Amino acid sequence: MSDEATIEARDLHKRFGQTVALDGLSFTVSPGQVTGFVGPNGAGKSTTMRVILGLDAPDGGSALVEGRPYHSLRQPLRHVGALLDAGALHPARSGRNHLLWLAHSQGWSARRVDEVIAQAGLQSMARRKAGGYSLGMRQRLGLAAALLGDPPILLLDEPFNGLDPEGIVWMRSFLAELAGQGRAVFVSSHLMGELQDMADHLVIIGRGRLVADTSVAELVASASRGLVRLRTAEPARAATVLGEVGATVATTAADTLTISGLTSECVVGLLGQRAVAFSEVSVHRATLEEAYMELTREAVEFRAAVAEEAPR
Amino acid sequence: MSTTPAPYRSNLPAGGGGFLQLLHAEWTKFRTVRGWMVALVVAGLLVVLMAYLATFHHQNFVQAGPGSPVVVAHPFVPLGPSGEAVTDTFYFVHQSLQGNGSITVRLSSLTGLIEQSSGSGSLGQGHSQGSSSQTQARPGLVPWAKAGIIVKDSTRQGSAYAALMVTGAHGVRLQYDYTHDIAGPPAAVSTASARWLRLSRFGDVLSGSESTDGAHWTTVGSIRLAGLPQTVQAGLFVTSPPLVLSRVFASPSASSATAVFDQVSLAGNWPQNTWSGLRVGAGSVGAGTVTPTLGAGGFRQTGGTFAVTGSGDIAPAVGDVGYTPYESLQGVFVGLLVVIVLGALFITAEYRRGLIRSSFVASPRRGRVLAAKAVVLSAATFAVGLIAAAIALSLGDRLLRATGNYLYPVSALTELRVVLGTAALFALAAVLALALGAILRRGAGVVAAGIVLFVLPSVLGASYLPTSAEQWLLRLTPAAGYAIQQSLVRYPQVSYAYTAANGYFPLAPWAGFAVLCAYGALALGLAFMLLRRRDA
Repeated sequence: MSDEATIEARDLHKRFGQTVALDGLSFTVSPGQVTGFVGPNGAGKSTTMRVILGLDAPDGGSALVEGRPYHSLRQPLRHVGALLDAGALHPARSGRNHLLWLAHSQGWSARRVDEVIAQAGLQSMARRKAGGYSLGMRQRLGLAAALLGDPPILLLDEPFNGLDPEGIVWMRSFLAELAGQGRAVFVSSHLMGELQDMADHLVIIGRGRLVADTSVAELVASASRGLVRLRTAEPARAATVLGEVGATVATTAADTLTISGLTSECVVGLLGQRAVAFSEVSVHRATLEEAYMELTREAVEFRAAVAEEAPR
Repeated sequence: MSTTPAPYRSNLPAGGGGFLQLLHAEWTKFRTVRGWMVALVVAGLLVVLMAYLATFHHQNFVQAGPGSPVVVAHPFVPLGPSGEAVTDTFYFVHQSLQGNGSITVRLSSLTGLIEQSSGSGSLGQGHSQGSSSQTQARPGLVPWAKAGIIVKDSTRQGSAYAALMVTGAHGVRLQYDYTHDIAGPPAAVSTASARWLRLSRFGDVLSGSESTDGAHWTTVGSIRLAGLPQTVQAGLFVTSPPLVLSRVFASPSASSATAVFDQVSLAGNWPQNTWSGLRVGAGSVGAGTVTPTLGAGGFRQTGGTFAVTGSGDIAPAVGDVGYTPYESLQGVFVGLLVVIVLGALFITAEYRRGLIRSSFVASPRRGRVLAAKAVVLSAATFAVGLIAAAIALSLGDRLLRATGNYLYPVSALTELRVVLGTAALFALAAVLALALGAILRRGAGVVAAGIVLFVLPSVLGASYLPTSAEQWLLRLTPAAGYAIQQSLVRYPQVSYAYTAANGYFPLAPWAGFAVLCAYGALALGLAFMLLRRRDA
């Protein structure tokens, strides 16, 4: 898959002094979909992105873009559009001039700059000094910069930061559209909720290691597997009845139980036999957030333990 | 995963990712921060302003009447055979020599007097020219007191000559045409050990030889004075330059020397057959003398013995005679301060905001990014430095001339070198700051380093440090580059405070410039290496 529009990380290792940032991380980003890159703060997302872009040298392993190391690309913005830090602007330079020097570095004219300004919806403030931009405007400008080379790969580090709800909706649909055009869109976030309904695939990392490399559908399905939600006016009786046959029952609300180990049909049958009144039985569908929390709990606990040992 | 569209193909025009594109990008970066463009212009304006401040107060005014200052002409400065400013003031006991011939003398005594300000033991302190009423003299011979025989084109100041002489402390010398100096034996003269000198003319060739007994002769040197007329003035001469103490603030003390000659023998055609005395340079004095002199000089002939007293010098003109282009450029360091800040900011501003990552993402070959920055920055600062130096020089020249000052004759080539060199100083200072910025990644540190390396040595050296420390600073630090601005040559045969403040640098123009270039290359090399090695 080397020629396709992909990012490929192979066994990446990176440490900063005593801190291990990446510990054998491998994954692949495919074209035509939004790949969410998820992990708690400090998991190594930004380091990975810097390694992919040739900014940080890995201590081991390699990162390839379209099968090649980034630094070997002669006109890199044609291949990869990156938004690392929306604040990386000179405050005295206008947004348009920021895009202009980027365009000039690849041999493109101001016309291309005006195109991406329109694409990112920045026309009104493009000629103002970037120092006065809100974080949302900066994110839009960063996205415009990433789109400058009309690249098949987009790499965005926390693009939702600082966006208002309207901006988040805009960014989601925009990224989904870009992926729909066949581009590989690689988006990092520490909040799984931001990726809901947008990401097709997820690369989840914790402590610099891969936690999961899975499609969103699979992840949700696995987190939801076997859970049945029951609404009843007699939660105590229902719990006893279901517990007798070996099911695990958890009380999730005053009138709601979550049951694992039984199918919904069994639950309905058992409760009918014993004449326990209930108002609703449903197969529980986990949110992306829940599935993610489940997966990364271990990593978060580990981090907390480390932080207690060595406060800094 | 069900319906993955085909990988994206862009239809954007090709563009290019070469070095020219990178230069274009860096220039766009530079010109789109208005503060940087303003700073660039300010750096140029400061140079011009400093030229004005450095020159406008050098006014040769005298108070002719109440409230009516009058511009007085500067002292006459003769020009030597090759057009350089010279000092040509001495006592000359001469007659005409037609065609070839020679003169032989025995010098049996050389003594001198050095001016001393009354009331205080320190020489030269607070002394001002012209207030001779309080002047006293003490016995003493300055190192470059000169007595001997001379063959000279004419008695006109600045005319060609060759002279064989005994000096106060530098032995026997054969000097000619002001700038040339050939050392003979390092011998002093006293009544106990007299010294014979002989100077012969054969066509254009003049030969000097010396002897301790009048029998065994040693050749000091043979030189050619092209275009010497058939009839020349030849004879005995004595002169004695001022005693230079050490530094800028001490004004030199005038001195005189008296030599006793005997056993004068002439060969060839000396038609006048009689000696006349002339104080060369006496009648040409304007508002003040170029070289401070002590006494009127004179000679006394007793039989075959001549006692000749003279004061002045026969040498290239140095020192306070006039001004050089450097005078107008002494404020260049102020402009350089701005340029250093600019050069540092051009890269540290990117580090500070994380913008450097955008630069390296757009151009992963980091060395080229730094190279492009260096080219853009040096071109911009060079252009501004060039314009500023050209304006500063012409402004300074005009102001100095308008106020009656003497300007050393400077060849067009030298002037061009000074102007281009100043522009190059701008460019190199900027690139050095840029490279330091890439190394240190912090603006404040770079600016501090730039000032310590580049500005402080010249400022400190010129005013506070002992001369030797200044000389070493101007040899070893990047400030050595200022040497490219000098238009004066230091002459070992003239005692003077050869300090940067007086326009003299310890290194030759291009040597000093090379030191600065070496610093620039070193810093750039280190920056390249670190850029490649470090994470961005």
